[in-house]
Amino acid sequence: MTTPPPATGSAATPPPATEEAAKGRNHRPFGEILRQSVLEGNTVTVTVLALFTATVLGGLLVAFTNTAVLHAWGNFFSAPGHAIAAAWDIAVATYVALFQGSVFNPHTISALFQQASISAAIHDGYLSAVFNPLSETAVQATPLILAGLAVALPYQAGMFNIGAQSQFIGGAIVSTWLGYGVSMPFFVHVVVCVLGGFVGGAALGGLAGEIKARTGAHEVIVTIMLNYVMVYFLAYLLSSHSLMQAPGGANAITLPIASNAHLPLLAGTHLRINAGFLIALACAFGVWWLLNRTTTGFEFRSIGANASASRVAGMNVERNWALVMAIGGGLSGLAAATVILGTDFTLNPQSFGTYGIDAITVALLGLGRPGGVVLAGLLFGALHAGSPGMQTTTGTPVQIVQVLAALIVLFVAAPPLVRSIYRLRAARAGGVGTTMSKGWNA
Amino acid sequence: MELELRGITKRFGPLVANDGISLSVAPGQVHALLGENGAGKTTLMNVLYGLTQPDEGEIVIDGKPAKFGSPKDAIAAGIGMVHQHFMLVPVFTVAENVTLGIEEADRIGLLDRGKTRDDVRELSHRYGLDVNPDALVEDLPVGIQQRVEIIKALVRNANVLILDEPTAVLTPAETEELFRIVRQLKDGGTSIIFISHKLKEVQSIADTITVLRRGKVVGERTPPATEEDLATLMVGRDVQLRVSKAPARPGDVVLAVADLTVAGEQGDLPVRGLSFDVRAGEILGIAGVQGNGQTELCEALMGLRPTAGGSVTLNGRVLTQASPRDRLRAGVAYVPEDRNVDGLVGPFSVSENLVLDTYDQRPFASGVNLNLKQIAKNAEELIGEFDIRTGSPATPAGTLSGGNQQKVILAREVGREHKVLIASQPTRGLDVGSIEFVHRRIVEQRDHGVAVVIVSSELDEIYALADRIAVMYEGKITGFRGPDVPTAELGRLMAGGADSSGVIEVPSELTDTDGAGGTDVPDAAAAAGAPEATAPQEDS
Repeated sequence: MTTPPPATGSAATPPPATEEAAKGRNHRPFGEILRQSVLEGNTVTVTVLALFTATVLGGLLVAFTNTAVLHAWGNFFSAPGHAIAAAWDIAVATYVALFQGSVFNPHTISALFQQASISAAIHDGYLSAVFNPLSETAVQATPLILAGLAVALPYQAGMFNIGAQSQFIGGAIVSTWLGYGVSMPFFVHVVVCVLGGFVGGAALGGLAGEIKARTGAHEVIVTIMLNYVMVYFLAYLLSSHSLMQAPGGANAITLPIASNAHLPLLAGTHLRINAGFLIALACAFGVWWLLNRTTTGFEFRSIGANASASRVAGMNVERNWALVMAIGGGLSGLAAATVILGTDFTLNPQSFGTYGIDAITVALLGLGRPGGVVLAGLLFGALHAGSPGMQTTTGTPVQIVQVLAALIVLFVAAPPLVRSIYRLRAARAGGVGTTMSKGWNA
Repeated sequence: MELELRGITKRFGPLVANDGISLSVAPGQVHALLGENGAGKTTLMNVLYGLTQPDEGEIVIDGKPAKFGSPKDAIAAGIGMVHQHFMLVPVFTVAENVTLGIEEADRIGLLDRGKTRDDVRELSHRYGLDVNPDALVEDLPVGIQQRVEIIKALVRNANVLILDEPTAVLTPAETEELFRIVRQLKDGGTSIIFISHKLKEVQSIADTITVLRRGKVVGERTPPATEEDLATLMVGRDVQLRVSKAPARPGDVVLAVADLTVAGEQGDLPVRGLSFDVRAGEILGIAGVQGNGQTELCEALMGLRPTAGGSVTLNGRVLTQASPRDRLRAGVAYVPEDRNVDGLVGPFSVSENLVLDTYDQRPFASGVNLNLKQIAKNAEELIGEFDIRTGSPATPAGTLSGGNQQKVILAREVGREHKVLIASQPTRGLDVGSIEFVHRRIVEQRDHGVAVVIVSSELDEIYALADRIAVMYEGKITGFRGPDVPTAELGRLMAGGADSSGVIEVPSELTDTDGAGGTDVPDAAAAAGAPEATAPQEDS
């Protein structure tokens, strides 16, 4: 914070209020500022607390859906210590398994060193096994980050993009068709397919934006309806051999894409991590740059915050609506491209999974900011990557991970809830800050 | 009822909003609380109404100390409050709103609607409020809604009525009506606490005036106190209520509006065949009662609303169909009527708001890249030059006071190349100090050779600024007058004029001094017509 600049020229002589205000603002010790910003419950604090709360609740849920634990609690009065220990053990074991499946599993290290020679061990994939959890987390996070950006970017321009699913399907169709339908040299082919995915998604997103710009139809309705349209359009494409269904089979699936169209692997053939992850990170940076460092992003943010004033300032609001939805849709199309070209290699009627909904979740958890979306995407990627191992080691159903994710978002989406749990003061709105800046005026 | 506040102190963190305030209100008296925005008036009233608890001091009613834990206690003690923003349910009727919270039911639990209706009718009759108990609140004009709030308080047996900035939302005519009602209430024995920062109003209605500045009582006056005296008390320094300005030296016609017609949303024509022109170095004041097409005129001038006919020409360049951006680039500076809606992006920082319409031009951008350094430098310069009181250039503009917000807009608009300044209600809701500042800047613009159009429904403002006055009524200009035209004459024109057909009158005594009136129309036609043929719409 800087001192208010001195009044100059014909301006009024500053009343003592200015100095007072300056003093009040500048001479606060750092610790107090930190304490206040934590207590005020800004969005980051709330997000961290939401994660914490969801983790605790998730642990309780795991413990009390486990039959062994429930049995122990049945004998609570004879052995209370045992019941509590059983609940604690299962909850901890679940989270440990999640961690081992998504970040690091110590057993893989000991297995690596039990091999006769290191070079043989590397060749047999023991080293890869050490990094496999991280690789899986990155692979799972890639489409989540991209689809999350597809929601977060339009959100900054005041648009709620519920259509990540339709845009994903649009991107997947174009990407897959280019992947198996044409033949091109290595590198060129995969680049064309990735760009095709962007174009396919952008077409769908741009359509929704254009409809809003021309007719004023609300983008939430339009994108939801386009989701249905695209789900059935995909099923239709995969229903006929003359369209996209693979010849010589009854399965609703396309031909596999050419190997030239595969996204290059980043860490050898044993790990699935591929260039898609780099695309996702680059896009997150690109979206940040677009929003904060370009005139286009300035318009997006301005329109998102106050469309009316933006119009008065000469911005073309409708043009920007269409543009931001097209770029957002393109990002969702890229998410599809990384799935098709990176891990799935074919397209089937379920390829879009739950990415459309997860995208909203990730964008919400990421507070609509690119950096936040990357972190949220990685977190959810880790949950996805770790859940199979969790099920095999502790018998906790994978669905519990989805419940955990839902709890996190629930708490993030309802800041007052978290604030009331932790007795935080409401954020700045109406607090001391506003009163102060309102207090002194010339 | 005798009401007394003794040594009320209220702190918000480091801020002392009320600092040992004492005042007493006698029965049947209008006690005005005068002070700038942020002086602590509203906080004091919130304390009195039980919305917040004071840190020190006490409230004494008829000699007995009272404690108000919530508005309920205050209401029970006979205190009523009409908030600046009304607390009404729009889809309910007047009677339903009045009874809300104190519903009376009969023996089987049905609402007793008849009684409330009678109450409303009775009060309405007694104080000449003219409110129909069965009207839906959303259908009522603001002035009547305010009366519903007053009735709400009276039904709850209020002996002391707090009116928080009651005239901020009213037209001059509605204000007169409100004053009549206030006088009637007073005669009936109700005490009124009248909160305002408008000197004139306070002068004409109050029996006692208490002036607050930065949380303290700085003086008490009884009318007739001079306005200068009150303004000095309020601001804490000498204030010029009337900006001194040299006579205008008008140059060539810069902005010419000819026969402009604007279509409204409901197929009506809020602006109908309106013509005027503005010369370099003069201020044209467009007076008129709010709602006579001024808003639509400004929006049409900025290209925010399509024109249905006529032309707008800037230095010979036809802008009738140009986009808002083209008009800004052509040299139109615009201060919109509603600064929070149209003038500022609230969550944006002050520095971002200062480039809101130049962010894509050099030096603030090269290609698509924003030049953050230049944007910061620009902010620093303008914040200094316009004395914008902000914590830092990164402070969200929405958190600034109204006066400082207006300075941000003014700084942005006159900070870039411009030939015309169009300012609509430039000082609405601002306090005395800010008004003085804004007025001085506008006159300064004129003296630099800018053609200035001021649209205002405040006659004081028109008189303070205009070199030439145009009066708007029902989408037309009913007359042009010089700056010394008597108020009565303007009032007549604002009501449609003697000649209701709306034909422009030519005051003979003005023709040689400033080219107003009669010379206007041919000028506009010539300016609009000739260049149209030679330089047709280069940018649309």
